[in-house]
Amino acid sequence: MTSATRPSGSTFLVIGERTNITGSPKFAKAIKAGDWEGSVAIARQQVESGANIIDINVDEALIDGEATMTRFLNLIASEPEIARVPVMIDSSKWSVLEKGLQCLQGKGIVNSVSLKDGEEEFLRRAGLIRRYGAAAVVMAFDEQGQAATRDEKVRICTRAYRLLTERLGFPAEDIIFDPNILTVATGIEEHNNYAVDFFEATRIIKDTLPGARVSGGVSNVSFSFRGNNPVREAMHTAFLYHGIRAGLDMAIVNAGMLGVYEEIPADLLERVEDVLLNRRPDATERLVSFAEQLKAAGGEGNAARAAIPAAEAWRQAPVEERLKHALVKGIDAFVDADTEEARAKYPRPLDIIEGPLMDGMRVVGDLFGAGKMFLPQVVKSARVMKKAVAYLTPFMEEEKRRLAATGAATRANGRVLLATVKGDVHDIGKNIVGVVLACNNYDVTDLGVMVPAEKILAAARERQADVIGLSGLITPSLDEMVHVAREMTRQGFSVPLLIGGATTSAAHTAVKIAPDYAPGVVHVLDASRVVNVVSALLSPEQKPAYLADVRTRQDRHREEFAARGARRNLLPLAEARARRQTFDWAAADIPAPEFTGPRAFDPVPLEEIEPYIDWGPFFSAWELHGRFPDLLRDEVIGAEATRLYDDARRMLARIIKERRFTAKAVLGFWPANSVGDSIEVYADPGRGRILASFACLRQQHEKPAGQFNHCLADFVAPRDSGRLDYLGGFAVTAGHGVETLAAEFKAAHDDYSAIMAQALGDRLAEALAELMHKRARDLCGYGRSEALPMADIIREKYRGIRPAPGYPACPDHTDKPVLFDLLGATAATGITLTESCAMHPASSVSGFYLNHGEAKYFAVGKIGRDQIDDHATRRGRGVAETERWLGPYLDYVPEN
Amino acid sequence: MKLASAFPRPNLPGMSQAPQTASKDAAERADAFRRIFAARIVVLDGAMGSMIQTYSLTEVDFRGTRFADHPHDLKGNNDLLCLTRPDVIERIHADYFAAGADIVETNTFSSTSIAMADYRCEPLVREINLAAVACARRAASAAEKAAPGRLCFVAGAIGPLNRTLSLSPDVNRPDFRAVTWDQVVSAYTEQIEALLDGGVDALLVETIFDTLNAKAALFAVEEVFARRGESARVPVMVSVTITDASGRTLSGQTIAAFYTSIAHARPFSVGINCALGGEAMRPYVEELSGIAQCYVSCYPNAGLPNAFGGYDETPADMARVLGDFAARGWLNLVGGCCGSTPPHIAAIAQAVRNRAPRQVPQALRALRLSGLEPLALA
Repeated sequence: MTSATRPSGSTFLVIGERTNITGSPKFAKAIKAGDWEGSVAIARQQVESGANIIDINVDEALIDGEATMTRFLNLIASEPEIARVPVMIDSSKWSVLEKGLQCLQGKGIVNSVSLKDGEEEFLRRAGLIRRYGAAAVVMAFDEQGQAATRDEKVRICTRAYRLLTERLGFPAEDIIFDPNILTVATGIEEHNNYAVDFFEATRIIKDTLPGARVSGGVSNVSFSFRGNNPVREAMHTAFLYHGIRAGLDMAIVNAGMLGVYEEIPADLLERVEDVLLNRRPDATERLVSFAEQLKAAGGEGNAARAAIPAAEAWRQAPVEERLKHALVKGIDAFVDADTEEARAKYPRPLDIIEGPLMDGMRVVGDLFGAGKMFLPQVVKSARVMKKAVAYLTPFMEEEKRRLAATGAATRANGRVLLATVKGDVHDIGKNIVGVVLACNNYDVTDLGVMVPAEKILAAARERQADVIGLSGLITPSLDEMVHVAREMTRQGFSVPLLIGGATTSAAHTAVKIAPDYAPGVVHVLDASRVVNVVSALLSPEQKPAYLADVRTRQDRHREEFAARGARRNLLPLAEARARRQTFDWAAADIPAPEFTGPRAFDPVPLEEIEPYIDWGPFFSAWELHGRFPDLLRDEVIGAEATRLYDDARRMLARIIKERRFTAKAVLGFWPANSVGDSIEVYADPGRGRILASFACLRQQHEKPAGQFNHCLADFVAPRDSGRLDYLGGFAVTAGHGVETLAAEFKAAHDDYSAIMAQALGDRLAEALAELMHKRARDLCGYGRSEALPMADIIREKYRGIRPAPGYPACPDHTDKPVLFDLLGATAATGITLTESCAMHPASSVSGFYLNHGEAKYFAVGKIGRDQIDDHATRRGRGVAETERWLGPYLDYVPEN
Repeated sequence: MKLASAFPRPNLPGMSQAPQTASKDAAERADAFRRIFAARIVVLDGAMGSMIQTYSLTEVDFRGTRFADHPHDLKGNNDLLCLTRPDVIERIHADYFAAGADIVETNTFSSTSIAMADYRCEPLVREINLAAVACARRAASAAEKAAPGRLCFVAGAIGPLNRTLSLSPDVNRPDFRAVTWDQVVSAYTEQIEALLDGGVDALLVETIFDTLNAKAALFAVEEVFARRGESARVPVMVSVTITDASGRTLSGQTIAAFYTSIAHARPFSVGINCALGGEAMRPYVEELSGIAQCYVSCYPNAGLPNAFGGYDETPADMARVLGDFAARGWLNLVGGCCGSTPPHIAAIAQAVRNRAPRQVPQALRALRLSGLEPLALA
């Protein structure tokens, strides 16, 4: 419908008729054949071609009308592109209309009721329509039959109007009269005035029955010209033109078969209007002969000017684009054909899933996340995805058989177990996750909703699940997930645990769940990410790095939470101390170092350091974020990252070859014990003289039950345990030469290389710290049996930690001068400390070695006034000075 | 029939006389209910679920002695507490009245046979609803007694069900529905009958995320009223949940499409609750306020749930936002949903105290239809 046919200032509603079995042979055929996809596609095409409302009629002798209406309405309810418009339920059977009303969440229209069966039945049905909340089409039909003349139409409509408004209180604006559009140009003289009767009746109804609307089925008018679309189109267009002028509000039309009134050829229009307006006795004959001429001249071209509707234009795009479009729009009609086409283009079926299909799902995930798609659309997209995968499955099976036959390894499907936790009944999101995983060839077991932990874990064992996924929407589910995680730990599970659902979050997972289950807990933001997560977790190559990455991020969440949570819930120091982690020191394995006191390494050959370089932070320094080495192949930053990496390797080779940097290190061990929250370092194993005392800081934020308030001193045997422990320390630098080299580059106006030199200095210092830590572990004995590949060393998967003063576990920078004194660090390495305890040269690292098997990094977070007072006393300095050094960690505003 | 006329009916207390007094009393209460809406912005209570959580009740509390051997876990079946810990429920209602609520909602959000099936408590539906009204009514009477002249009302809460008529739980079968219209209507009918028998002042169909479920509830309400006669009619309030940034219900409707879909029931009020905090509801409350031909309500969550399932908005936060809505003339009924507490309600009541209630606008006469989106022909 174009605006040209609408008088300005009014609106007119187009009701799509193609989903009407009596008006559309194509729809009739699809419904009869049970081709639901085809039927739904017709509805979609109606809306896309501009229908404001769609008329749905499944009246057919051999069809179960009630069941078919229900099923079709339910189907289109899950098609947001269709369901956005109101529905007109059309049937001659009341029972079908009523079933239809029970499926409409929106306010639709019932087509139709009439006085055909008498006033009582008419009012009963109208009352029910009102209770269901719909508008009603009232046919100009009574006990005597259908109204054909103007006066009959007006009489019946007026009677119906009075009954509805006066007897039922039916709102007049919900009454839509259909005064019967009857066929003209039939050759029967009484029919000649039918269109005029309709126009005039419409005008009177609109003038005399306030609020009521008029509608009609337009195709009827041109029934005599079946098979001659140009003539029919012209008749419909002209009929609407005059109908709208008379007050017609809406009409059931084929939205694709409407022209523009002004564009109807003058000779055709004249003859059509002669017929419609009954302007001359031979109007019918003239139009019939003109129509035959037109047909003979191959006038179909006129109708074909619609060309390809814009709606179908996407079909011209490349197959990847088509698959994406189908996923985003949730159209499954072409997905088999498109998937087949993609199969010819991609070497393996899996490539199609992981390529264009997942690309499309990612777009869906992003749109959903941005609030630009809503749940029903996402569910539909998942369905298209599933269809595509179902199509590919036999090919994947065959590929597997072929590979098996040739002896090649077959891709093992992972087994994923999903459940909505006990107490929660929400599962739509989890279902989507299940579908997406199944689509990606995982063997998915879905235990449903309200599943207790015991059942989840029993099923996981029985089915040998490789991954367990928990879902929940309501807040108490968060606690239940913690419970499941604890049970998994208690029962000795080792498979990764996935957490998802609306109330879950990366932060909650990091803070509350992950600490309770060591083998790995991963929060999955939405279904579009789940495949990447599961495939990483199930790949022996990717899993360690992936989990390490997850843990790093979770550490960050915990730090943020510690900083945030502490502000609100700080425990009194005494209580925090009561919540320390304790160990059975009598049974503890306390390694003794080969020597005590410091030992210097000068110089350390750069070649030895190089393998310990962790390149990840190098790229972060250049603001290229991602996981090394994957980011070298990243679509967006891959090229840039690779170039940078090549430059870095080249410069590093040069630095090593030309010995541009000098690396020096010192490490040492001392007999030590913890006393309260401090670590005392002794001159000898007899503990006769205290060399130094490090006043450690303890976490004070309130933590969930079962979690500890950590302090580094807890990892050292207490003096009163009777066991002698050792504290290690180190200071390393790769910085000698860095500034000189950087200055050379700067002088040559090569800032890029200058920054590169500094970044490499930092990397080498960190790598040297890693290398010396390895030596320290070897010197304590346990390192020699470590047998870790370099990648795991870089990920710090070994026993023990090396916290650095000024960093989250021991934030007091003033530990550095004490440590340096113990190590004789400045003499051994040339590192000096500034007055604010910064190390010079910059590419230097210093810290402690703690050997305890359970020692781990943590963030002290905010600390209270009580701990500052205590710390000041232990440290032997004033409160104000303590507050100054620990300023960022104070939970309160200091007085000075 | 003969027997009945031959013997005088026993004059049992609460039988022959009570209904008459009750209905007279009910008529007066109904009048008073309408009057306060005409006079000012009315205050509804806050969250029930999060208040129950503060009591840290255990499975034992939920079971009581009566359900000690019930074959299914009962913890989490908050409505059941009306039977097993009525003291807790009454206390929460009392706290809300004390905070300044004019209306409390019965603790019956899930008291339908469909929702109770999760706990295998279907046979208890009528009893729970009756007990729930009694808990609320006791608290209301006590509050009225404590402040003579004050009127405290009880609205029967009707929740959305865990099975929906518009959405398929199975993505592979989009035409599948886990429940039928008739099942939903009959489940709601049972609840509505019990709430009315218990003596609620109004019905509140709330947290609607699927309009078709709500339409079935409203259909059931109309059927019950039709059966009981006009005198049994109580105000029917309706409140929808806008799920997220898309501005739609979970079943996909916009706020205007939703209102169009339920306007036939001529609700006493229509509004928005749950899922979002007040600020996130702003555009939808404003839109609804502009179109609704009845009173408008708003009872948001205390913000979005934070990462730990709690709610961060303070009483002052909620009061500021809702006070602003009131100042803009959008509100007739205001309260809190998840995460709100008596202090929140007290702050909200204070914030709207001197604000004029919204005036219902005159709408143009129009044919209004809806799918997921509205369509009006003026």
